[in-house]
Amino acid sequence: MNQTNLLSEAHLSWIGHEDAPIEIEVSRRDIIKYSMATEQKLQKYLDGDEAPLMFIFNLFAQPVPMDQLRVDGLAKGNQKGPSLPLKRVMAGGKEVEMFRPIKPGDKLIGVNRIKNIYEKSGKQGPLIFTEREFEVKDQTGLPVFTETETSIAR
Amino acid sequence: MNIGDLSLGDVLPEREHCPSNVSLFLYNAAVWNPHRIHYDETYTKDQEGHPEIVIDGPLQGDWLAQCVANWVGDFGEIKRFSYSNRRATYLGETLCSGGEIIAIDEGNKTIRVELWVKNSEGEVTTPGEAEVLLFQ
Repeated sequence: MNQTNLLSEAHLSWIGHEDAPIEIEVSRRDIIKYSMATEQKLQKYLDGDEAPLMFIFNLFAQPVPMDQLRVDGLAKGNQKGPSLPLKRVMAGGKEVEMFRPIKPGDKLIGVNRIKNIYEKSGKQGPLIFTEREFEVKDQTGLPVFTETETSIAR
Repeated sequence: MNIGDLSLGDVLPEREHCPSNVSLFLYNAAVWNPHRIHYDETYTKDQEGHPEIVIDGPLQGDWLAQCVANWVGDFGEIKRFSYSNRRATYLGETLCSGGEIIAIDEGNKTIRVELWVKNSEGEVTTPGEAEVLLFQ
């Protein structure tokens, strides 16, 4: 059972929240650039006929103007979520379920939702886990992949 | 590749990875990642306290996915994949990706492989796991 000493009803009410859908189109050139940069071996990736699995990383990131970047270079947060009482956030695990490969010309629609927020006691104090699920479908509504990512605040 | 020919404990081919400034720049450009710890040495050391430029965690996730994809080739496809970056790695390090079969389900023609990126000390920096559907 989740402990909620630090999490209020207001925090927990974010569970299930969905951001606005994001649409992108996959280009062969972007697949080729990624494949070259990651030193892929398979010709289908180097030719851009199919995207390597981890091509999905940051695929839906929205380019923002320079004045919206922080001093560390990252974009100022535009992902919606509760303001947690613990502020040092680190990445936890990432899990991907693939329903079909991504190909050039694919028009994909992604929806980010907060799947769960819960608290645990760690060796060095309380930890708050936020699980976000990113569900991606094609234009016909068929699933392409689902990515689940956990961030940990301490 | 036939599922009947595979056994628990079979290992996937290992591969060495020696990222350079250029390869990290190209990777971060390709994924549109402007985080300075991956290209700005002065900032990375002085402001964030790292000893060197940081090798991207998702890039190591890619190496794990490649480890499986290169091994299985056209005989199957990855259905599930997970990884977790547990230890920071830095420019100048030589890392090694690899894996091992940990489960075989002949009925569903699926196998599970445990994956890892290790540093030169043999420490796992990025563990992972994949489920692969074989076509035969």
